[in-house]
Amino acid sequence: MADATGRRDAHGRHQLAGLAFTLPFMGLFLAAFAAPLLYALYLSLFRERLVGGRAFVGLEHYVEGLTDEAFLGGVARVALFLAVQVPIMLALALLFALVLDSGQARLANLFRVGVFLPYAVPTVIAALMWGFLYGRDFGPIADVADRLGVTAPDFLGEGVLLWSIANVATWAFTGLNTFILLTALRAIPREVYEAAAVDGAGAVRTALHVKLPLLRPALLLCTIFSVIGAFQLFAEPRIFFAIAPQVIGKAYTPNLYVFNLAFSDQRLNYAAALSFLLGAVVFAVSFAVMYASRRLVAR
Amino acid sequence: MGSRRGQVPATLLLLACLVYFALPLAWLVIASTKSLGDLFSTFGLWFAEFNLLDNVAETFSTDDGVYWLWMRNTLLYALVSAVGAAMLAALGGYGFAKYDFRGKEILFWCVLGSVMVPTTALAIPTYLMFSRLGLTNTPLAVILPSLVSPFGIYLMRLYAEAAVPSELIEAARLDGASEWHIFRKIAFRLLAPAFVTVLLFTFVATWNNYFLPLVMLSEPRWYPLTVGLAHWNALATAGGGATAAFNIVICGALISILPLILAFALLQRHWRTSEPSMPATGR
Repeated sequence: MADATGRRDAHGRHQLAGLAFTLPFMGLFLAAFAAPLLYALYLSLFRERLVGGRAFVGLEHYVEGLTDEAFLGGVARVALFLAVQVPIMLALALLFALVLDSGQARLANLFRVGVFLPYAVPTVIAALMWGFLYGRDFGPIADVADRLGVTAPDFLGEGVLLWSIANVATWAFTGLNTFILLTALRAIPREVYEAAAVDGAGAVRTALHVKLPLLRPALLLCTIFSVIGAFQLFAEPRIFFAIAPQVIGKAYTPNLYVFNLAFSDQRLNYAAALSFLLGAVVFAVSFAVMYASRRLVAR
Repeated sequence: MGSRRGQVPATLLLLACLVYFALPLAWLVIASTKSLGDLFSTFGLWFAEFNLLDNVAETFSTDDGVYWLWMRNTLLYALVSAVGAAMLAALGGYGFAKYDFRGKEILFWCVLGSVMVPTTALAIPTYLMFSRLGLTNTPLAVILPSLVSPFGIYLMRLYAEAAVPSELIEAARLDGASEWHIFRKIAFRLLAPAFVTVLLFTFVATWNNYFLPLVMLSEPRWYPLTVGLAHWNALATAGGGATAAFNIVICGALISILPLILAFALLQRHWRTSEPSMPATGR
């Protein structure tokens, strides 16, 4: 009897201790994440009026967002972007990770540093730098093209700009993804490889049939983070606005549109509704990716 | 290990890609040594008259030396956020890993799910709340949101589950140690590798952050380097032609990335052997 009470006391004390350890983080999480999110939800359901103050409008802003061509165009643009850029980037990262892990390449150390260095460059600085490289005034690409007697493509033109941005993102983030995949490869016990070698599998077959399946969780993680990142594209279009204002406009990507609505047009309530719609899209696509990956595993 | 057959193509492939990753940075170094005039008139991928020192001096003196403030701010925001986020993650991750309490799993999944919420969805209401509290345009407006690291909690929980044996905690309890004492004297040391990983990732993420400080700060004296350089670039582009101070934008960009590049090169050994980690998101 006494023992049972004592144990229950101990259990209760542990419960409290567990809560106490998580409290500092959870408190800040509530204040800096949950509260603003609820506030944004509240804002999205109201309209500010010059006369009469705040009025409840229900889902009106959401309905407006679903028919807003600027918003939908931006969502479609980043969807196209991620459908092309994310597979290319992850294929490159996967290739680099497998080659580096196979020990088949010289200069592996130099390459590891080289491919990872862009991660040390803030996206803003990467966009600034590539903006100069793309530019006609003193961009080296235009210089080289001139010397060869050809005209460089207009990297900042209407049809090309999205892929110029995709190049910046690939340059900036391939290294990080390589790093994650390489770390996952290093975590695979060496005996697995030895077994494959005993079975007579070469480096390429080992990579494809042994390492690739084991990398699936890490690849899924990279995909989800890349998808979330692509939907939130902001720094590159915002920086490129200075050199290609006509093409970028105010709604090139959903995040840029929301930012402009909130901070130049003062349409905070509508902007809040749009960011929830964007969040719903990110959520849906992330789950679709996870579902597809599970289907692949099940097969 | 294996055959040497694949070595030559693999090496060639890596070399070609190395050029792709290194060339923009090489251009940045070369361009930093040029005067504004030479930027426009000389070949981009080779040196002209050596003007680096003048560019550096101009970068640090423009607008009454505001670049110094941007450097100080960047370091301040990144350092405080990194240490704070890693501490909170160590405490929280340990709590999630080693204790049972009601609602634990729901809380944990809420934290993880939060990475899917677009940064704009948070930035707008946070800005409004902070401005009501008088926090906008202060360092706290950047630091407070940066302290919340869902990735840090996730990593710490995984790491604590594996690295801190429950038997050790039980033994310490039998010796009469308090829960806080057990964390401080035993668990925290075992969590050190994960602590360093969270610290580094938060440091880089805050150092590179653009959206949050752009929203929160209105005065250049509180800008970090990212917002400040984008500000200079917009001014230079608007100025147009040869009156625009692109040389200080380029030189400032080079100086701004040197600390992290040096740190990465030095820490290469650690990063290679550190625990599995996840990226800090945000582009």
